[in-house]
Amino acid sequence: MTEAFFDKKDYKPLDRVDGRLKVTGTARYSAEYALPNMAYAVLVGSSIAKGTIKSIDSKAAERAPGVLAVISHLNAIKVPGYQPKGEHPSEPSTQGQPLRVFFDNKIVSNDQPIVAVVATSFEKARHAATLVKIQYHKEEHQTNLEANSEKAVLPASGKKNPKSPTADYDRGQKDAFESAAVKFEAEYVLPTEVHNPMELQAITAHWEADDKLTVYDKVQGTKMTQKNFAKEWNIPEANVKCIATFVGGAFGNGLHNWPHETAAIIAAKQVKRPVKLVLTREQMFTMVGYRPRTWQKIQIGASKDGKLVAINHQSIGQTSSYEEFTESTLQQTRMMYASPNVSTRYRILPLNVATPIWMRGPGEATGAFALESAMDEVAHAIGMDPVDFRLLNYTESDPDKNMPWSTKYLRECYEEGKKRIGWENRKLKPGLVRDGEWLVGYGMGTGTFGANRNSATVHAALDREGNLVMHCAITDIGPGTGTAMVQIASNTTGISTGNITFHLGSSEFPNAGLQGGSSTVNSVGPAVLAACNALKEQLITMAAAKGNTAFSSAKPDDLMIDNNELQLGGKSSKTTLGDLFKQNNMEKIETTNESKPDENRNKYSMNAFSMHFAKVHVHPFTGQVQVKKIVCCADAGTIVSPKTAASQMIGGATGGIGMALTEDAVMDHRFGRYVTKDFADYHVPVNADVPEIDVYFVNKPDLLADPVGSKGLGEIAIIGVAPAIGNAVFNATGKRIRELPITPDKLI
Amino acid sequence: MIQFQYERAATTKAAINGLANSTHAKFIAGGTNLVDLMKRNVMAPTKLVDINRVPLKDIQQLNGKISIGALALNSQVADHPLILEKHPLLSQALNAGASAQIRNMATVGGNMMQRTRCPYFYDTALPCNKREPGSGCGALEGVNRMHAIFGTSEQCIAVHPSDMCIALVALDASVIVAGPKGERRIPFEEFHRLPGNQPEKDNVLQNNEMIISVEIPDNELSKNAHYFKVRDRASYAFALVSVAAALTMDGKVIRDARLAMGGVAHKPWRLREAERSLAGKTVSEETFRQAAEIAMQGAKAFKYNAFKLKLGPNVIVEALKNAAGLV
Ligand SMILES: Cc1cc2nc3c(=O)[nH]c(=O)nc-3n(C[C@H](O)[C@H](O)[C@H](O)COP(=O)(O)OP(=O)(O)OC[C@H]3O[C@@H](n4cnc5c(N)ncnc54)[C@H](O)[C@@H]3O)c2cc1C
Repeated sequence: MTEAFFDKKDYKPLDRVDGRLKVTGTARYSAEYALPNMAYAVLVGSSIAKGTIKSIDSKAAERAPGVLAVISHLNAIKVPGYQPKGEHPSEPSTQGQPLRVFFDNKIVSNDQPIVAVVATSFEKARHAATLVKIQYHKEEHQTNLEANSEKAVLPASGKKNPKSPTADYDRGQKDAFESAAVKFEAEYVLPTEVHNPMELQAITAHWEADDKLTVYDKVQGTKMTQKNFAKEWNIPEANVKCIATFVGGAFGNGLHNWPHETAAIIAAKQVKRPVKLVLTREQMFTMVGYRPRTWQKIQIGASKDGKLVAINHQSIGQTSSYEEFTESTLQQTRMMYASPNVSTRYRILPLNVATPIWMRGPGEATGAFALESAMDEVAHAIGMDPVDFRLLNYTESDPDKNMPWSTKYLRECYEEGKKRIGWENRKLKPGLVRDGEWLVGYGMGTGTFGANRNSATVHAALDREGNLVMHCAITDIGPGTGTAMVQIASNTTGISTGNITFHLGSSEFPNAGLQGGSSTVNSVGPAVLAACNALKEQLITMAAAKGNTAFSSAKPDDLMIDNNELQLGGKSSKTTLGDLFKQNNMEKIETTNESKPDENRNKYSMNAFSMHFAKVHVHPFTGQVQVKKIVCCADAGTIVSPKTAASQMIGGATGGIGMALTEDAVMDHRFGRYVTKDFADYHVPVNADVPEIDVYFVNKPDLLADPVGSKGLGEIAIIGVAPAIGNAVFNATGKRIRELPITPDKLI
Repeated sequence: MIQFQYERAATTKAAINGLANSTHAKFIAGGTNLVDLMKRNVMAPTKLVDINRVPLKDIQQLNGKISIGALALNSQVADHPLILEKHPLLSQALNAGASAQIRNMATVGGNMMQRTRCPYFYDTALPCNKREPGSGCGALEGVNRMHAIFGTSEQCIAVHPSDMCIALVALDASVIVAGPKGERRIPFEEFHRLPGNQPEKDNVLQNNEMIISVEIPDNELSKNAHYFKVRDRASYAFALVSVAAALTMDGKVIRDARLAMGGVAHKPWRLREAERSLAGKTVSEETFRQAAEIAMQGAKAFKYNAFKLKLGPNVIVEALKNAAGLV
């Protein structure tokens, strides 16, 4: 792949290849499969946070019309993978033992699924679910992070391995902060946030035979799901099929298989019918993970002229009592700035709550709120422009890993972002700029995330009419995976995008990892590239074998297909696909190619970077904040699909507005229950909260990272947005809000 | 959700008859509140009487007043030329509520009768005297950021969530209700009640009565009216505090002032003392500040809503400044 990946003159950004299916309702999501004889399950959750189930009175529910079964630990069939004492076999993406639904009478969190009512219709199941009466032995619970912070622990991964990202980290001298000329220290709190994609978590489970399971499941990994359920039910992987053709957003909550999925599978086995189970919006807060509430303390030492001397950063994030959830909250503190001395301390606090799961920009977005806010606070303290302060402490190599960057174009992001937001209108001193009654402020925040890459395999077939059809197990939770892959294939082969199809979202297709960690284009893109090149090689061999000498020394890079005609070095070879296939007596050619990370990963530090600039208005008397403009500048390597990539950045910035200003899953700790658990009370930004979002891509390939040159951008789209807004609010008002979200009450 | 009977009424009489013999029967209009509450098992009517076909949608000028039918949609009222011209305060308040989709379904009667959004009321696993008398008030020592600062009781500190009602109480509206024995008229301010020892009762409407219409007497407030709502996001959120302010002016002198507050009490909270303090005064930020201080007398905050003691007067001043054209 060359620099000019998308510099072709006639290059037009492609609309979403599945856009029409989505807006016309033709796209089928997990809850939309109607199987013959299907039954419906509704889950009943516990109303206490800790204790045991004393009794379940299900008589009335069982008698209710249409009810097929009321399933709980009392009567659930044995799941072969549930070992009485051992580990739950499903892939523990988090340390510990995932919750075994309907296994015993233990309550480990509020709204834990404890009963499934299965009926012939959804309405009947829902009605009968209200008739189930449960009694408990209640035990004292702890759900309050701040009140229990002294009980926080080093995660097992950090204990075992001092090199683990969760382990304690010291670079340089531990006490360097104490002797710095400028010393800054503050605490920051990020509340629990919930992914809340539009699409509710849904599964339709179907035992096609006693040992053959098909699930239509909202997940971010079809192969992961296949493996997990094969283990859980002790059947061969080949007997488990996972279909997730369309996923209506996930933001990370589909990176794990959850108890409600197993509940549906148990129910399907028990009533011997396919069973559909869709969570309610309230259950989305308690059954499928969340971004954990996190307390952070940061100390920054600097010289009077703004050179960083030391950064000490500690964090405590909540986890459940049964699994150790960790995320890389402190990673960027180790590598973002040229500070000779850095210490990080990562801790988790087990509470009587459900297990969190990675949410967009997992860890980094939380950590960036503290780091990038604190950087702004220090710049203010020494009277420096926050961009200049960062440039002064810019690092040209990774100070944590001691490796060169594969690529880093963050300077360009700073420069372009300043121009686009109108940074020159910003005053160093807060509270000086007004627009009518409103105070005006500007802020910025940096983001970074690893340019992750996994192995991936793509099957591709080309027919004599020039139709290219590809298959891969990867899912698409909305970023436009198919669209990107079609563009890579078109760019590589010359075949027009209209003749290319990319099928995804089935465990029946060739292997791919999870759609998560900004890794899809970086992982699957190279496999598409490899498959396209393999097809081109086959064409060259076919042509050469038929005596076409022009092809005998040709390389895949020389060959392009233009309107079914084979071109070599941009010139017609007077051969069409049709002729060539006919001569060889073939209908189509096929290939399956795997692409894997290479040894460059051991030599370079690979990261995508972003820079977010925000302009806000704050009303001085009512505390209302209006974000007026956001500029997102991303160094994400090659931008394969400019339109969907920009949409991702816009979505990420919108999520960042939510993080900064509105989202807050509030718990009443007396009960261990959330009190903001629907879309009326848990505020995600609405259109009126979202201003113009201006997206700029550096768009320079990182060919060390992967052959497509892409570094991924799903995460950097949100990382750094919240501090940019918080910093802008400070610049407008002189008020520093260190506990998100920044609601009006905090500013008056 | 429990099983229920469903019937449609085409006349007021049929609707009221539909309620007879059933203490757990409820009207359903737009359904935007009732259906939610039924899904969450907070309300479990055994019978629904659908009143959408009862011809009570008219918005008309009568002698000295405007009458709005109880089934007029929130969006129809907000956009109606008569309302825009004569009572822009009401139009603004309506448009500050909910979302366009909900306003297209929600009715005037349903808006008045909507229940509190207190999370303890909504979660059947938590105590709430309003939902289950005697079970306790979860909010009193709980998460009470959204809760009342005026007229609370030990039993309940919930707020009435409506925006529309704040404008209507400021505009001296009346509510016309009909029951088996005929119609009666209730001043808007007396329609909703304070929780006292009976928080389960939101208002004075009897079990067998129906709201027919709302009447607003003609006034001279239309030129200087403003509804100011502060909420946690720019749209589609309930008020932290809102203020309806309207003035009749003689040059710079206030002849008549109307002030009401939302998000602060179990009922739309009319600020009569503050109104009186404004009459005869020349408009100025200082005058408004003094009125706001008077308005806040007697306010009492709980653990998480103390900010309303400061936000409240600030919003009163802002609403008045906007109404008076000082912004
Ligand atoms: C997410 C969300 C956000 C919202 N935000 C706001 C907001 O910001 N501000 C705001 O003011 N409102 C808000 N609302 C509430 C909305 O205004 C109400 O749901 C709506 O006004 C109710 O009207 P309806 O016709 O749908 O009532 P229904 O749900 O049909 O009925 C509500 C109640 O009124 C009774 N009822 C209806 N008509 C009559 C009648 N004629 N006589 C006697 N009883 C009657 C019913 O029996 C029922 O008990 C919001 C609602 C939602 C769901």
